[in-house]
Amino acid sequence: MKRREFIKISSIGLGGIALASSLYKWAPSDIFGQFLNDEVDEDTERIPTYCEICFWKCAGWIHKTADGRIKKITGNVDDPNCNGRLCPRGTGGVGMYYDEDRLTKPLIRTSDRGKDTFREASWDEALDYIAKRMREIADKYGPECTALFTHGSGGKYFGHLLNAFGSDNIGAPSYAQCRGPREVAFFTTFGSTIGSPEPTDIRDTKCLVLIGSHLGENMHNSQVQEMSDAIDHGASIITVDPRFSIAASKSKYWLPIKPATDIALLLSWIHVIIMEELYDKDYVAKRCHGFEELKQHVKDFTPEWAYGITTLEPQLIRDAAYEMAAAAPAVIVHPGRHVTWYGDDTQRMRAVAILNALLGSWGRRGGFFNPEIKHLPKYPAPPYPKPGKSWRDAFPGKFPLADSVLANGLCDATIPAPDRDCSFRTWIVNGTNLIETLPNRANTLKAIEELDLLVVIDTMPMEITGYADVVLPECTYIERYDEIREATQREGTLALRMPAAEPAGDSKPAYWMARELAIRLGLGDFFPHEKIEDLLDWQLNQVGSSLEEMQKIGVKKFKREYDDLYMRDSDEVTFNTNTGKIELYSTELANNGFDPMPVYTPHPEPPAGFYRLNYGRAPMHTFTRTSNNPNLTDLMDENTVWVNPKVAASWGLENDQYVKLQNQDGIISDFAVKVRVTERIRHDSVYMVHGFGHSNTRLSRAHGRGASDSQLITNVMVDPIMGGTGMRGNFVTFITNFEEA
Amino acid sequence: MRYAMAIDTKKCVGCSDCVVACQTENNVPIGFCRDWVVESTDGSYPQLVLENRSERCNHCENSPCVRCCPTGASHYEEGGIVTVTKQDCIGCSACIQSCPYDARYTHPEGYVDKCTFCIQLVTKGQKPACVDVCPTKCMYFGDLDNPNSEVSLILARRKHKTLIPEAGTNPQVYFLI
Repeated sequence: MKRREFIKISSIGLGGIALASSLYKWAPSDIFGQFLNDEVDEDTERIPTYCEICFWKCAGWIHKTADGRIKKITGNVDDPNCNGRLCPRGTGGVGMYYDEDRLTKPLIRTSDRGKDTFREASWDEALDYIAKRMREIADKYGPECTALFTHGSGGKYFGHLLNAFGSDNIGAPSYAQCRGPREVAFFTTFGSTIGSPEPTDIRDTKCLVLIGSHLGENMHNSQVQEMSDAIDHGASIITVDPRFSIAASKSKYWLPIKPATDIALLLSWIHVIIMEELYDKDYVAKRCHGFEELKQHVKDFTPEWAYGITTLEPQLIRDAAYEMAAAAPAVIVHPGRHVTWYGDDTQRMRAVAILNALLGSWGRRGGFFNPEIKHLPKYPAPPYPKPGKSWRDAFPGKFPLADSVLANGLCDATIPAPDRDCSFRTWIVNGTNLIETLPNRANTLKAIEELDLLVVIDTMPMEITGYADVVLPECTYIERYDEIREATQREGTLALRMPAAEPAGDSKPAYWMARELAIRLGLGDFFPHEKIEDLLDWQLNQVGSSLEEMQKIGVKKFKREYDDLYMRDSDEVTFNTNTGKIELYSTELANNGFDPMPVYTPHPEPPAGFYRLNYGRAPMHTFTRTSNNPNLTDLMDENTVWVNPKVAASWGLENDQYVKLQNQDGIISDFAVKVRVTERIRHDSVYMVHGFGHSNTRLSRAHGRGASDSQLITNVMVDPIMGGTGMRGNFVTFITNFEEA
Repeated sequence: MRYAMAIDTKKCVGCSDCVVACQTENNVPIGFCRDWVVESTDGSYPQLVLENRSERCNHCENSPCVRCCPTGASHYEEGGIVTVTKQDCIGCSACIQSCPYDARYTHPEGYVDKCTFCIQLVTKGQKPACVDVCPTKCMYFGDLDNPNSEVSLILARRKHKTLIPEAGTNPQVYFLI
């Protein structure tokens, strides 16, 4: 497969560009919400930052009073990721800084792994120890036996360190536990991945289709803002969800689908769009490959066929399809974000991509725009040594289309196998709580037992820190510089994060830690700048800015290099696929022995007395990361298990009653969880917000509050195409008689 | 001058950002709040409707809390904003009992506290923190006596309601429905 690239557009003539762009101007339809407070209170200074509480990385201002108190954090009006408005987590970022349970000293383990027994150490001792062990293990097994798991800004520097050390086994759970299938599906269809933030033109759409995506409960900031704008403009929303989500409550059509049957619905939508000739004929003829094969493939997938599978009325399926077609090409069948559900996720996301292609929404106003990113040049560094082997060697012939490292793959390849010459011996874990993030906890713990060295870098005593040999306390984003944020948006932007306070206790920024380790490993040449400020200033100078300028403005915008936010009908476009066209029929999948077009296969259903475990987000929390934040736990300090009233009646469950949950493999939740009896959920499933049920007693607000969905996810359905871990095939039942912990 | 707020229930997603922004702007201690979010569901699966409302003091024109305050601590400011002068408040909580909206709480320091429409900001021509932060832009604030203010324009354009109108308090927080 070719390297990933965004849409390549070769325009015909510059005159056409200038003319066409003015046609696309959207008439401002209201005067509201244009002016935001952009001032600083008396006796207060404001310091630029971008948020680290989730991956959206909104730019903002930290307001610091004259006596040194961090008073509040507000959005930067120039930032397209937030437009001056942070979400509750960003606003509550103050709590991450003030959390009294933070890690503030380097820790070295004093007894068995997992017993959470440590002594405090100096930085020199902790770093010397890590460097010595890393070197010893590498001498014995090769540097490739070192793996990095990372989520968040610090990963950049530890990744650089690991590459310099001789390993490229750098995995983020955001791929195989989250977005991976959609990236592969859109790449095989359009020759372009989705990326983050998603280039969905929600602001100008006429119809937004959400499939299991609970926008509004996941606070993907600018997308939520644009959904609100779309509601103002009279756009319609179609939501497919077994749960009456917030988005469903704002929808013209809500399709309360039977879980695990989404591909059947998507195939029937494709059937209606093709058979009733509602597709964009010019777009499909000019840009798509494999239409006739697709038409033949879906000819029997009528809404009546889908009804028997999805339980959705055929007329509802048709009406929703007509709504999309009427809005086309200003329609978005949203790719979602966490899409690792049933193990055939790449194929489901392929169906989503195909639907968008038929409606002509890819590259069109109100559909998907062509994102712009302003890249900063990298500071020249010595070339990385070439690793002799990688995680892929542990899975010969498997997951051929995985285009990023599988975090679960690193974990699995740590457990020795007879046919493998080396398993991972060292893990460096930065900002990701693997105990809760990876499915199948027993497997993760088994892998950890095999390690010779486990280093965890975090701001909080998350569960994973309890298993570490060495814990390095990272200071929060409020106390550090980090790399300049480059965001994919309609225009290029850069955002600066700089410290507003001294690091608490002995905590340190990731850049400093990675550099100190590099020096101890004899890799100091890879980190020539003692101060990160000098590195950032050099990078900014290359694009005509400076650290001094960014310290004043926080966010710098750059005009698009080309006027190619949308494709024009006259544009000749070569897509980065094998045929150069949008592939309705995927040659890449066919070449690798997979179905070239999506096929519905039934998935197991819950046995009697069990209910499918669905999980999701709450707007005030980011997974486990925020679950001890004093400001955010004040809004929500435990999760609940949503139960349909009929189910509750059959079990004699009452609202607010605590129960434990037991899954199909006999795993019982460590902690009890409160029942929420609600009409908003189907009778065949239950729902929980992810990120609760913490077992680490050092998390004073989060410990024992609610239940962990991750603990109950022991059945993992792996996507053969790219290795994603499908996690929605777990079934739970209620335990009402249990001993109080 | 007549300050008022309008909140669009069609756009609110119930994220509670308004609550956090209020807490940090006004130093509201953790565990207390001046505003809060209500999520009300009607119907049975799958015929359901849901309404999200960000609620707070309604800054009523006919405020029972001002009327019943024995010390005059609860009073109207310019533009009808109802506030409490904390030095004059004896913490008797008569106002808390009289408020039909349960919009007041006793601050740990002993006085009664509540939403002030961020009077420290609005007197400088800025918006209340909740309005300013809302990611869905579902809140509108301004002067009802000015027909061209955001709040006047949106109320003229959209169907709206107030909470517990039968209490006769004449609330100045409106919900767009």
